[in-house]
Amino acid sequence: MSLPLILFFVLAVMAVAGAVVLILAREPIHSALALVMVMVSLAILYLLLGAEFIAAVQIIVYAGAVMVLFVFVIMLLNAGTEDRTHISKIATWVGLPLGFFLLLEVAHIFWHGRMSAAMGSGAGAPFEPASTHDLSMALFQQYLFPFEATSILILIALLGALVLAKKDE
Amino acid sequence: MEFAQEFINQHAILVVSLIKIAVLLFIVMTALAYLTWFERKVIARIQSRWGPYYVGAHGLLQPLADGLKFLFKEDFTPPMVDRLLYILAPFLALSLALTAIALIPFGPPTGPYSHLFGQPIFIIANSSIGLLVLFAITSLGVYGVALAGWSSNSKYALMGGLRSSAQMISYEVSLTISVVGVLLLAGTLNFNGIIESQAGYYLHFIPRWHVIPQVVGFMCYLTAAVAETNRIPFDLPEAETELVSGFHTEYSSFKFAMFFMAEYANMITVSSLATILFFGGWLSPFPDTWTWQNYLPGVGLVLLGVYLAFDTVANMHGIARLQLAVVTMLCLVGGAACLIPPVAAAIQGPFWFTTKVLLFLFFYVWMRGTLPRFRYDQLMAFGWKLLLPVSLANLVITAFVIILPLLMGHQ
Repeated sequence: MSLPLILFFVLAVMAVAGAVVLILAREPIHSALALVMVMVSLAILYLLLGAEFIAAVQIIVYAGAVMVLFVFVIMLLNAGTEDRTHISKIATWVGLPLGFFLLLEVAHIFWHGRMSAAMGSGAGAPFEPASTHDLSMALFQQYLFPFEATSILILIALLGALVLAKKDE
Repeated sequence: MEFAQEFINQHAILVVSLIKIAVLLFIVMTALAYLTWFERKVIARIQSRWGPYYVGAHGLLQPLADGLKFLFKEDFTPPMVDRLLYILAPFLALSLALTAIALIPFGPPTGPYSHLFGQPIFIIANSSIGLLVLFAITSLGVYGVALAGWSSNSKYALMGGLRSSAQMISYEVSLTISVVGVLLLAGTLNFNGIIESQAGYYLHFIPRWHVIPQVVGFMCYLTAAVAETNRIPFDLPEAETELVSGFHTEYSSFKFAMFFMAEYANMITVSSLATILFFGGWLSPFPDTWTWQNYLPGVGLVLLGVYLAFDTVANMHGIARLQLAVVTMLCLVGGAACLIPPVAAAIQGPFWFTTKVLLFLFFYVWMRGTLPRFRYDQLMAFGWKLLLPVSLANLVITAFVIILPLLMGHQ
């Protein structure tokens, strides 16, 4: 096995294990840290795919900012241990079959080797990671309007949260 | 022998990286230890005291004694702590702080003696987006502090951890925005690229460092960097008069030492970053035509050796005299070695880089000896209401100045 393949499996196991711990942990802060582990593993997976910029941004934004806020709020509220409840009815009757179906779907795609088809025609072409320069050219020229529209959407959401959180006087 | 040669040729990047990591770790660990000595000596000078004096000549063996003390003290884990996170936190803090140093270039990527088996020796990981990766690593550093505060199950530690997280999140925004101006000027995220974009001189002798057009950005960076590393006047997380010592109150022995080392390693990282972004990294401040500058490190060391020799004879007695004599010999021999022309040319880059970083570290200590601590609400107001708008304005003005000639050219 080559080094990237070994790394891929280690990181994949780490990401999945983190996701499982995130759900099963009873301490909220352990859940938050498990999510950080998922984010970091994903970032290194991006790095393996040659997407340096996305990997760095993934860590800076998600692990370094969003999750720090999560941890901060958990610490601030001093959230206690959560109680275990019985599994909900919806999860049993809808969630489990849906999950099973999804797994089946993924297995089907792998089985028939459709991965290369699903990823477009890039399978045969020589692999060339996009540089930060290419990315910014695409983002600020070709897709400038959707980019700006998304920014404004986020700004509106931010203002909305601020208005909702503001005390009535 | 032939086999070894072949192995090195095939795995040059692996072998050289491991050697570089080992050497750099040794140097950085020693530097961290002697940084504490440097800080105590300078603070003592500011406060008209002697500082460490008894362990070794001029207290030169004090860091060694402190290290041994940390190793042999009882490593006490308080009851009722979250054991996993309590142990994880110091490891996280120190390993992230040390990893960040891997991205720093200490010398030029080209030139005599800059390669070993075809691999550059002055940088461990030369990433094309070095700056972003560095910010990614340092942005995780807050977890060490926050988790230490939370897992200790102590009110002081929790308050310290909370303050620290809030402070680090707030100032990270300004820190990142203040360096974007430099990125606009340099046009690259690679550290060596940023440094090379500062080559050249105004009026043939003033170096074209980014600090001149970006002086506002530099001020913002410096302020935010001090806040990021939790140093005076921004050391609210460990304000000893209110919080005992903040997030590491409950830590003892070597786990405490790890937080301590992480703080100093972070100081080195942000000082290196300031040097790279604003002060030309490993570039010399003098024009290339002034060839005498190659002999500066050697002459400096020899002069230091001569002074120390005088000091040894005049002021030292007993074993201290012997210890200082050894240091004197090291200085003289090292200085003489640096005067050999090929060596003198090869160490130019690392010499200027280290000198600039040392000046920043001195500035850190100087501030600690001079300034009082902020109040918490002042700290937050300063970060959000002054520092952030100023760095944003700096960014907008820089972008406008860069784009203006392009706009004029098109019409």
